Amino acid sequence: MSLVESPLNVSNAALDHIIPAGDGWMHEIKKGQTFRIVDLEGNQAVDTLFFDATDPADRFSAQDTIREQNCVYLSAGTPLLSLSGNTLLTITADTCGRHDTLGGACAAESNMVRYALDKRHMHNCRDTFMLQIAGYGEAFTKREVGHNINFFMNVPVTPEGGLTFEDGVSAPGKYVEMRAERDVVCLISNCPQLNNPCNAYHPTPVRVLIWDAE
Amino acid sequence: MNTQTMNSKPPPALKPEDLRFRQTVPGGANWSHVLKRGTTLRLRDPEGGVNVSAIFFNFELLSERLNVPDTLKAQHTAKLTAGHCLYSDMGRILVSIPRDNLGWHDPLAGHSTREIVNRNFGTADFQSAGNRFHRNARDNFLMELGKYGLGLQDLVMNVNFFGKVTVDGKGALQYCPDHSRPGACVELRAEMNTLVILNTCPHPLHPGGDYAPPPLELAVYSSPTPGPDDICRLSRPENTRGFEITERYFL
Repeated sequence: MSLVESPLNVSNAALDHIIPAGDGWMHEIKKGQTFRIVDLEGNQAVDTLFFDATDPADRFSAQDTIREQNCVYLSAGTPLLSLSGNTLLTITADTCGRHDTLGGACAAESNMVRYALDKRHMHNCRDTFMLQIAGYGEAFTKREVGHNINFFMNVPVTPEGGLTFEDGVSAPGKYVEMRAERDVVCLISNCPQLNNPCNAYHPTPVRVLIWDAE
Repeated sequence: MNTQTMNSKPPPALKPEDLRFRQTVPGGANWSHVLKRGTTLRLRDPEGGVNVSAIFFNFELLSERLNVPDTLKAQHTAKLTAGHCLYSDMGRILVSIPRDNLGWHDPLAGHSTREIVNRNFGTADFQSAGNRFHRNARDNFLMELGKYGLGLQDLVMNVNFFGKVTVDGKGALQYCPDHSRPGACVELRAEMNTLVILNTCPHPLHPGGDYAPPPLELAVYSSPTPGPDDICRLSRPENTRGFEITERYFL
């Protein structure tokens, strides 16, 4: 696990936005731009999807990404691959060191399975995804919404084939940064989950920044 | 639920009155079927070394589909075997695994692409090799998805039945090349009317060599509704709730 800091200066960012706890954000990132997510208060899961802006069906592929880099965790240097094998973005800086892409996003229905049938009505990431795509145009439907990245989330896989959810390795101010290799659309749910430690039982805001290509 | 308690014996012979049909799927081929609730799909590796890349959909609502992350986190597992359930994104069980004599099926590594097959096995196209051309799972999935009006956006994370991939402490994937043996058998019981799309192309981490993917034997048979003491229903409290949610769908 290697930590890589960014040389970029926050005061030069073209976009600087706070996503409140439990809210969503959907935005295009142009080829060459650099995108940063900052875990402002620590241990906040940021459920993130990427799509090729010109072909939303060609989205981020978790299995292709982990197989081709031969590691189930994402960190600096990871190319985020699409289903067609294109690199959508490359992680260029990471002060957290490990991000999950096997744990998926929480949903009303999966919360019923995992916790209790009456958890159906708690706020969840899939509802945020659905609301965001509803406002983004007809190119995005539920079918486009694939399996996401959980930035700042720690989901170790054991050699015996177990999957565990552990307290985050993140902390206040940790960030991950990536360069867009194509025009991409980013869809984020700043996770509202209260039933497990992925947000330390206390969802918090995150900050997103975009720098133009130099 | 684990390899220590797993029954490695062959499965019982199917009664003629229960058997709906049998079929052999050659290596590198496609297959799809709407597996009706009340039937079970038996997958058997007759020669050893078969790989079956598979995805699943609710046939009545094709936007509802296998969700591997939900499947893994609900059962705190990174492998699949007897007692496990394969969940849709709607919290319902598409198929469950009431029987498995192998102990580990891979839900992590994805599926082979043209680039992977060409890299590991060399290039052989239809023009040069006829029907012995080197098929890959990605193209096969897209061909079969297209027949149901589906496409790339429906290509969700898949399972590789008969494949084993472990993950070490640093997160690196380790492919186990001699995992499946002749007679290995896993059963998928439909808990919904489930569209099964599978192919027998090589595992994406197969080291390569001669392109000779082994065949798959399959059988579909009538099976009783899982009772209150069913192994999959009782394997975890999550699955007890999953069965309840799935059964409500049919009320």
